[in-house]
Amino acid sequence: MKTKSLIYYSLISSIFLFSLVSIWKILVTLQGIELKNFNFAIIITLGIAISVLNLLIGEKLNYIIKSTFFALIFTFIDGYIVQVMPIWYNIGIFGILIFFSLKINKYNQKNLATEHSSQIVVFDFLTLFGIVLFSFVILFPFYMMLITSFKTQAALLINPLDFSINFNQDFKELFKSYFVIFDTYKFGRYILISTFVSVGTVIVTLAFAIPAAYAVARLNFFGKNFLSTSILIIYMFPAIVLVIPLYTVFSQLGLRNSVGGLLIVYTATTLPVAIYMLQGYFKSIPKELEEAAIMDKLNWFGIIIKIILPLSIPAISSVALYVFMIAWNEFLFSLMFLDNPNSFTLSRAIQYLSGDAETPRQYLMAGSVVVTIPVLLIFVYFEKYLVSGLTAGSVKG
Amino acid sequence: MSDTLSKIEKRTAYILILPAVFLVFSIILFPIFANVWISFKEVGLKDIRIPEPRAKKIVKSIKDNPDQLKIIYKLRNSSLILEIRDVKFQDKLPKNIKPINLDERCSIKSNKIYCKFGNWEAKYRENFQILLQSSDGKKINKKELKNIKPKLTGKSDNILLNTNFTLKNFKKVFFQNEFFDLLSTTFYYTFFGTIGSIVFGILTAQLVNQKFFGRTFMRSVLLFPYVGPVVALAYTWELLLDPYSGTLNNLLMNFQVIQEPLNLLGQKYLTINFFGFDLKLRLALTTVIIFEIWRYFPLAFLFILARLQAVPKELYEAAEVDGAGPLQKFINITLPQITAVISILFMIRFIWNFNKFEDIFLLTGGASGTRTLPINVYEQGFTISDIGMGSAVSIVIVALLLIFMFVYFKLIGKRADEN
Repeated sequence: MKTKSLIYYSLISSIFLFSLVSIWKILVTLQGIELKNFNFAIIITLGIAISVLNLLIGEKLNYIIKSTFFALIFTFIDGYIVQVMPIWYNIGIFGILIFFSLKINKYNQKNLATEHSSQIVVFDFLTLFGIVLFSFVILFPFYMMLITSFKTQAALLINPLDFSINFNQDFKELFKSYFVIFDTYKFGRYILISTFVSVGTVIVTLAFAIPAAYAVARLNFFGKNFLSTSILIIYMFPAIVLVIPLYTVFSQLGLRNSVGGLLIVYTATTLPVAIYMLQGYFKSIPKELEEAAIMDKLNWFGIIIKIILPLSIPAISSVALYVFMIAWNEFLFSLMFLDNPNSFTLSRAIQYLSGDAETPRQYLMAGSVVVTIPVLLIFVYFEKYLVSGLTAGSVKG
Repeated sequence: MSDTLSKIEKRTAYILILPAVFLVFSIILFPIFANVWISFKEVGLKDIRIPEPRAKKIVKSIKDNPDQLKIIYKLRNSSLILEIRDVKFQDKLPKNIKPINLDERCSIKSNKIYCKFGNWEAKYRENFQILLQSSDGKKINKKELKNIKPKLTGKSDNILLNTNFTLKNFKKVFFQNEFFDLLSTTFYYTFFGTIGSIVFGILTAQLVNQKFFGRTFMRSVLLFPYVGPVVALAYTWELLLDPYSGTLNNLLMNFQVIQEPLNLLGQKYLTINFFGFDLKLRLALTTVIIFEIWRYFPLAFLFILARLQAVPKELYEAAEVDGAGPLQKFINITLPQITAVISILFMIRFIWNFNKFEDIFLLTGGASGTRTLPINVYEQGFTISDIGMGSAVSIVIVALLLIFMFVYFKLIGKRADEN
């Protein structure tokens, strides 16, 4: 065993332990318990002691017994000798220590003797840090959105650092923000409009995109290459440069403030990527099937309906999910085209709500939860189909 | 035989693609060209409404004379700026009713009244009356009369269609619009947002490419910011960053990292004392960039992860045999494998970040030093109500984009040649 590796291993693991314990302490102070300080020296010393002991004991003891032993010692010193703490605090510390000792269990005198062991230790702990850190950074805003929607104005002002939901109150009190946005701000209607626009966009886009994608994938015609490159270029063009001309033309045609106008725009903006993704899939369907169909005197329409469609259900459904998500999340055009509250989509309604500085935050967050949940549910449920499409760059943003 | 077949094939192809091409042309390509046209005109938001002749019909009975009725048409020109020429009016009467003392501009033909009102200047108003007499002595049905709507037509100039052009908008864009400030803010935002999202993409992809418990779940979670609705996410961040009731400021003050709350979205500069030097940090812009990195690094993560998973395991095994550590493996194997994907990502993210509108608009509205070119399009067009200026800024964006894309496709073409 090299001394350098030993020092790296014990220092890094104790720093890791210190940060885990400190995070727990921060959360605990927010619940009103007074902690004098983080006890950096004590915890680091304990951490070093535990990691060295871990090496010395090695596999002489069963790893479960070993971890429990370490955890008990640490909890006893931290929670009774240094400062007497309530039992739930100590249970948390115990859990952290079990996690920590299981993590360091894989190190022994043998693998710390290998050539790059110090680097491996650093990378291992960085990975652990990274996983904890990134999960926190991503999930925390979503969590705050959710709990804020369950709070009252007073609770938000008294303690902005209270991260808990008070389940002891009445059901009606708990969901008050949701009742308000549905009763007073007509969110039920906006959900309907958003659903109608999104589903409508999916249907119209597919109706236009499937034939076009089939033509691009299979048929020979003049300008085909030009068409496929222009699809990519058009896809790169941003909505913001289309807004002013579309606004003027739609105003003059009386299409503003109409859900139909929105539907046309959404369809046009999602068409290029829908065609692009579908034609890629259609190309992978064996040509022989169609040749047989031509022998059977099926026309092009028949080929698309009877052969292509049934074979490409997975591709079509993933395109449909994308188009739905894009239309559901879309904000810029709904901001530009809709200024009558009767035809708002959900996103526009939330933005309109926030325009009034008096609107309490919890209503805004309740609205945000309502608009976010369907998208996340779809995404988590169909993740397998969606990830491959995302890598193809299907959601512009 | 095959000739006719290919002809049929061609015709079918055109029929199949035509609807899609037509729609994309009219909603995406046409506006881009229309921008060029509008940007050379002086058009305000109020000018784009087409002037219409309008009439409100009021039916009144006349005292002591049940056989007679009076209709008052409140006529007006809906536009405050433009005149309407050759206004023509038409209204129908029930069969048993005849007008008396009809206005000389009007004539009657088989129960229809036709009038020629000539030209109406802007803001024109007139109360136009017709006296009616029942011809068979029966009482006139007021409701029936009221339900018939008059028709009015007229010609007017559409400010968008005339051929008066001016260079004023472009002069304003380049010389009165703090153009270079705008451009530098946009590039700051784009460049650091792009770099940041790629760096975090590499880090997270490297993480998820290892085996650990809950790895698939972690992959979904990392994509949440990218698939969530921008409105909800931006307002949640606003809530977190609020100087008074926001979580972040309260947390930092609780642990005495800062003494005063920071207005992260509303303060243009933050002066940091760095070893005796005063550094000025563009605070709101930095916050907006961090939001952008948070929201868009998942795309980089996905691209890079897909590439990493395609790297053959043998490469790493061979390196291990040669005695390479994790750092050497990363530098000598992983990085070279992902440079291609990073350069593509850089271009895509650069172009898309360059055009980002919603994120900044929702977080700061373009205030406190976060005004980028896309925000400026909106401000010019809808806050200042100068459609022409808005279009001119759009044209600048399109021009810059075309340059980026030219570079991008050049690079991609080069890479394709190499392979």
